[in-house]
Amino acid sequence: MTESALPEGGLRRVAIDPLSRVEGHGKVTLLLDEAGIVRQARLHIVEFRGFEKFIQGRPYWEVPVMVQRLCGICPVSHHLAASKAFDQVVGATRLTPTAEKMRRLMHYGQMLQSHALHFFHLASPDLLFGFDSDAGRRNIVGVAAVHPELARRGILLRKLGQEVIRMTAGKRIHGTGAVPGGVNRNLSRADRAELGALVPDAIDWAGEAIGLVRSLFEANLPLYREFATFPANRLSLVRADGAMDLYDGLIRARSPQGETLLDDVECGEYWNYILEEVRPWSYMKFPYLKALGPERGWYRVGPLSRVTNCDFIPSPRAEAARREFLAFDDGRAARATLGFHWARMIEMLHAAEVIGELLEDDDLSGTELLAGGPRTARGVGVIEAPRGTLIHHYRVGEDDMVVRCNLIVSTTHNNESMNLAIREVARRFIDGRTLTEGLLNHIEVAIRAFDPCLSCATHALGQMPLALELLDADGSVVGRLRRD
Amino acid sequence: MLDGAPVPFEPGQTVLQAALAADRYIPHLCYHPEFRPHGSCKLCTASVGGRLVATCTTPAEAGLVVDSETPQLRDVRRTLVQMLFAEGNHFCPSCEKSGNCQLQAQGSDLGVTTAGFRHLYPDRPIDASHPDAWIDFNRCVLCELCVRASDEVDGKHVFALAGRGLTKHLIVNAPSNRLGDTTFAASDEAMQVCPVGAILPKRVGFAVPIGSRRYDQRPVSAQALDDAPRPAGRSP
Ligand code: SF4
Ligand code: FES
Repeated sequence: MTESALPEGGLRRVAIDPLSRVEGHGKVTLLLDEAGIVRQARLHIVEFRGFEKFIQGRPYWEVPVMVQRLCGICPVSHHLAASKAFDQVVGATRLTPTAEKMRRLMHYGQMLQSHALHFFHLASPDLLFGFDSDAGRRNIVGVAAVHPELARRGILLRKLGQEVIRMTAGKRIHGTGAVPGGVNRNLSRADRAELGALVPDAIDWAGEAIGLVRSLFEANLPLYREFATFPANRLSLVRADGAMDLYDGLIRARSPQGETLLDDVECGEYWNYILEEVRPWSYMKFPYLKALGPERGWYRVGPLSRVTNCDFIPSPRAEAARREFLAFDDGRAARATLGFHWARMIEMLHAAEVIGELLEDDDLSGTELLAGGPRTARGVGVIEAPRGTLIHHYRVGEDDMVVRCNLIVSTTHNNESMNLAIREVARRFIDGRTLTEGLLNHIEVAIRAFDPCLSCATHALGQMPLALELLDADGSVVGRLRRD
Repeated sequence: MLDGAPVPFEPGQTVLQAALAADRYIPHLCYHPEFRPHGSCKLCTASVGGRLVATCTTPAEAGLVVDSETPQLRDVRRTLVQMLFAEGNHFCPSCEKSGNCQLQAQGSDLGVTTAGFRHLYPDRPIDASHPDAWIDFNRCVLCELCVRASDEVDGKHVFALAGRGLTKHLIVNAPSNRLGDTTFAASDEAMQVCPVGAILPKRVGFAVPIGSRRYDQRPVSAQALDDAPRPAGRSP
């Protein structure tokens, strides 16, 4: 349900004043209706506005490097999405095998490092110690004190991902490995062997992380099943044969009941199917499926959508884990918001398997790096970033400068879903009209499941700076709580 | 004498040229061995007989006492580089000249790690009118190398500097002031000489990986000595 679906009466809308936003904080406003029930939750995110403007007028070959400034946690995803878009501009309809595989390797390295960071550093403290536990303990240091081996593995898994990125992109951050039409480097056999030696452990540890999430589900079934859960459409890329593919594919969307809403949609056609709604209180737009309209057409992206949208995962251990996940609790884990964590770990395992497979491929050491063809003026690059579908869309002028650009980032696709998740949690855990630390913690856990790239999510590992505001039906603030 | 050791020279050589030919490095930016010295960046400043002068324009003479590698002069040069950074928009991580840029290389050679000055963030439009080249005026350090190359080698007079002080800027020889309307060609020497990322060929970008570029391999001081013309019979 979106706000425009709500009856007008009794619900007050407030537009936030840009000055009142808390820099570096996620800000949440809860709106009560006349009966004192949480009617709506709004997550206000400080988004990188103006970036589109910043890119306009710049030469297209600079953009894949420049867009990495968009996000401190998944710069590689932006780098690759932009490169994919400009492949079309330089007429490279097919990359060379070396280029395609180098980019895939880079991307799955990013997936591994991002998922490991999220699970071990950010999510596992909540899950292991309880949502209400002492905030000072809810970080990787706290995990290391109690589960030293788990923390160590988390760090090593992330490190493998970072090493893959460094070797394929040239640097861990602000790499330049992908260029329009291909890549600018290959991997030596020695480098491949060096990385490859680290993969078997990574696969085992990722498998164990899945086991850990499963055991947490088993131990807390009623809570995990329900927590922040609501039915949602899901959207992701899948390969033409229905397999999970995080680097490239066709757009598929399904309803909560599993009906197909979109299938086999070419990425370049996304704008015929996905529209964005602007709401006065939010800087971040609300995308929706055109066919269903803004009220019913919102959807969820990210690991949970991908794992449940594909027909199979093309690597053996991750596929076995997917089946187990889908069957668990009669399919309820795969619908639960906390199922995100489980799905994320399945993807982490898949990423480790793909990395291992790619590293054995001699194409990575090939020397044909670039492809090209007839120039075009438009490029759309879509990729499954760690947090979900990421769309880069550019138009380039005859003078090679970018004329127009439109980006839809993962967190934006999840905008409505995050608001609903917060509302669910608020309804369940709010205590009358008082805002408590406990409520704040629960809201934080719900937001975290989506792994949003809020600026604040990158600031403090373990603790999200969050400001909470409660408005009653006539719009007056009846409660405030803030944690830095 | 340079920093206490004798340096041979030939008539007509400047202090900087004599030093480089003798394998002695003095930092510089607007000097290029193939062109007439210009003396604008002042990075080559050294103490000559107790006075601070630009060594790229000071003739070498017998008995000159030159001090270059002093802590004070290092500070002066560092400050000059910081000022150049602050005057333009130099964002190295997404600049395609990174690793081939002399300003960046001087910065790292001299240990420039902080901004030092408030950045001016000028808003200068870029010129992409030429089919094979583009100019990002945000990165121009006004060294006049392109002006000299176009005048002296290409014989075209495509570039010139106009204005004074903070408003000084590069212009091109066309009523529209657009590079595409000049006689400039990608094969011109002026295409090659820009020490920073201001005049660049189109569609090259990051084809050569960062890490395998000119100053990634060897610092600018070593490169400059390699490039210095030497009298016959002397090798580096
Ligand atoms: S464009 Fe380059 S070569 Fe010409 S003056 Fe500016 S910095 Fe020097
Ligand atoms: S090198 Fe001498 S002033 Fe620039």
